[in-house]
Amino acid sequence: MSHIRDWDWNRGKRVISDIHQWRETYGWVEEPHASPDGESVAAIVKVDEMAFSVCENGSPWESSFDKVWFLRYGPDNRAAALVSDTAMWTVAVSGTPWENWFEFVWDTKFGRFDGHISVSAQKDFAYFAVTDDTPWENTFYTISHLKASPSGRSAAATVQTKPINEADIAAFQKGCFTVAVNGQPWTQNFLNAWEIAFDAKEEHVAAEVRLSLEDYTIVVDGIPWKRHYASVWEPVFSPTDGSVTAPVRLADGWALAQDGEIIWKNRYFQLWHHIYSIDGSRIAAIVSSKFGRWTLAIDDKPWNLTFKDLVTDPALSPDGRRAACVGKTDGKWMIAVDGTAWNDTYDMAWPPIFSPDGRNVAAKTQKNGIYRMVVNGRPIQTNYKTLWNPVFSPEGDKLLIRGIETGANDGKYTRTVLSLAEILG
Amino acid sequence: MKAPAEKSFEEKKKIHDKGIEEGAAQLTQEKVHQVVQQMLSAEGGARLKAYIETCSHCGLCSEACHYYLSNDNNPIYSPAGKVKQTIGEIVKKKGKVSVDFIKEACEISFTECNLCRRCVMYCPFGIDVAYMMLFMRRICHKLGVVPQYIQDTAHSHSATLNQMWVKEDEWIDTLQWQEEEAQDEFPDLRIPIEKEGADIFYSVIGPEPKFRAQLIYQMAVIMYASGADWTMPATPGWDNSDMCMYTGDVEMVARLKKVHFETAMRLKNKRIVMGECGHAFRSVHDVGNRFLGWKMAPLPVVHAIEFYYELLRDRKIRIKNKLSQPVTFHDPCNIVRGRGLHEMGRYVINETCKTFIEMHPNREHNFCCAAGGGVINCGPPFRNKRVTGNRVKADQLAEAKKKGAEIVIAPCHNCHGGLEDIIKHYELGMELKFLGDILYEVMEK
Repeated sequence: MSHIRDWDWNRGKRVISDIHQWRETYGWVEEPHASPDGESVAAIVKVDEMAFSVCENGSPWESSFDKVWFLRYGPDNRAAALVSDTAMWTVAVSGTPWENWFEFVWDTKFGRFDGHISVSAQKDFAYFAVTDDTPWENTFYTISHLKASPSGRSAAATVQTKPINEADIAAFQKGCFTVAVNGQPWTQNFLNAWEIAFDAKEEHVAAEVRLSLEDYTIVVDGIPWKRHYASVWEPVFSPTDGSVTAPVRLADGWALAQDGEIIWKNRYFQLWHHIYSIDGSRIAAIVSSKFGRWTLAIDDKPWNLTFKDLVTDPALSPDGRRAACVGKTDGKWMIAVDGTAWNDTYDMAWPPIFSPDGRNVAAKTQKNGIYRMVVNGRPIQTNYKTLWNPVFSPEGDKLLIRGIETGANDGKYTRTVLSLAEILG
Repeated sequence: MKAPAEKSFEEKKKIHDKGIEEGAAQLTQEKVHQVVQQMLSAEGGARLKAYIETCSHCGLCSEACHYYLSNDNNPIYSPAGKVKQTIGEIVKKKGKVSVDFIKEACEISFTECNLCRRCVMYCPFGIDVAYMMLFMRRICHKLGVVPQYIQDTAHSHSATLNQMWVKEDEWIDTLQWQEEEAQDEFPDLRIPIEKEGADIFYSVIGPEPKFRAQLIYQMAVIMYASGADWTMPATPGWDNSDMCMYTGDVEMVARLKKVHFETAMRLKNKRIVMGECGHAFRSVHDVGNRFLGWKMAPLPVVHAIEFYYELLRDRKIRIKNKLSQPVTFHDPCNIVRGRGLHEMGRYVINETCKTFIEMHPNREHNFCCAAGGGVINCGPPFRNKRVTGNRVKADQLAEAKKKGAEIVIAPCHNCHGGLEDIIKHYELGMELKFLGDILYEVMEK
């Protein structure tokens, strides 16, 4: 595991690799991906007529494969990709394939902090998940909605436990789906099960389910809430007390429920994507208080600022005191913090990220085809053709910027550490 | 044109459908009253009341309806007649209707109206009959009385978030297979999967990976030739279609549209370009988005016709040789009456085909294919009824054929299904194509 404190937080810029050169060498170079610490950049490349590999910092992995796709870096700064050899598939981490091979693998999930990896897999028409090269013992008719636990050591997914013949609507309505945690299915089947959540200690699992064609509720460890609703959205465990909250649809609008009881007084035209502060004291959610107007509500109090098109990517500062989101009005994308939108608008905006001390917010933005990092509404004057999300130093006084530049460093992937004092003047 | 060996009306009404029969067998009179009254009080608001009370039974809607015209002007098939037999009777009786009534109303609302909204244009008050048929279908959904095959499709939507029970691995595998096929022709071609930040999120409907994977291939070539920055997702959310919209399961409509839009938002794509489907466009642009609280689609949704138009107008695609066979064009309800794409469609045809022969009536006055509105999805039990209920379409096509049209272009999957059956049943001997088929054939690659 790589600790963020151990990363190079010395101020300055380093050129890690020249992507233009990769293109000259390989011809076929797919979208590059950067490691969280910024020290590595990798892309799927064609190394021979029928052979693909991954080029990392200018050098190819030792192994090549018939096909490589879904290359991504995990939080431990190792690159993983889905690879095939003679029509069988597995995961290759830093170029080394897992020992087990399958007929197909997909939906790579990393733990949030460690290097554990889970994928969905299919072999002999049986479906299951694989975590760190260990397949589930039980297999199912289908698998979907794979979710990794916070550490990534566990995985849960929606699974189909009974077959359904073509157009057998009666069998479907008896319930053929449930959730399996590390391969163990809950005992009760449902019509449907969707978004899955783990608690922080990885001891409990919750999911959205449909009990009949029109009854929805939340299930925790296989046990449905007593109250049913016209619809529900993704449940979330409180980081502190183990309770589960979820948006639920009532006759008079959407509300937030906790363990089956309504806890927010307001009713919204829409309410979804709620998040907790780290200490569990505050909850923010995307809401529509009025048809066609969108904003953030923090502890059931909507901002005065609203957006016409949409709101996405809600964020709370670690102490929960501040909130931010991406909003869009009349086709223009914006970043809003604490109920006020930054002055500029963008062609696209990525999730706003708070510094650990909650004082600053940084976000990747795009305008006229050029990517720029913006901090507290002020753009940093370096232009990129590809940019990754910013990372604040543990003390919150520095910002790591990872990107492929234009201009003097055109095509070069650089890793830059700037001090906030330097950025903000 | 006369349909061969038509069955009598009484015989047609004896169609057995497992979903309707078994659903109704579970019902009691009390349950019917309770659900219907609850629907009338909770969801049948001023709009329903205004429509019911405003209709003066003038009959101007009748001649707008292909079922009415194709069934020898039988008034039971007129839009006002269908309303009278379904939701009109429910309102009149304040919900006190029988189980047998629900069965009849289910069959009428699901299989005798394509929700094409042609009649709305001819109503002096602009009464939206499609809204009332959908209201009836919603009651049927709430009662669990829905034709078997469309209910199965709705189940697929809920379980897989696509229309055709396509499993997650099958979807990705299809994209990779189509990419490999295309690379035999264009070695550098890619179908970029999960490309964050791409300008275009390209979405299709379930039948494309299931039965018509060549359409994905063709669009990949069009994207490649035009230099588009595009992607397709590896996760559910790739399917823009929506049969739940037609079964009355609006909660599931919302879920499907949420996943679709949020998949594009997760990938930070600027706009959604969709394939040649009409009902999916209605769902993403007019129904699911609004049920979720978005006044309009949260990201621009561009139908394939608009996309082709843009590529040709901006000369991003160049035509090598225009198609020499004469063509005619079927205007799909949901993208023509629902969106006004008829002139763009004609622009694309004139850019790609030498001879274009108009069908009559056309543009927003065009007759529906009789497959849309979920009718074709009600499956084999209702096939003959659907085909004989659209004799006027056969007449339209035959007339265009007389003028020389050899190919019928229909930029919608449902229309393809419906017109295929019409062409076969009435032995018209015409070829059916998507606009993308023609563009792929005549473009410089």
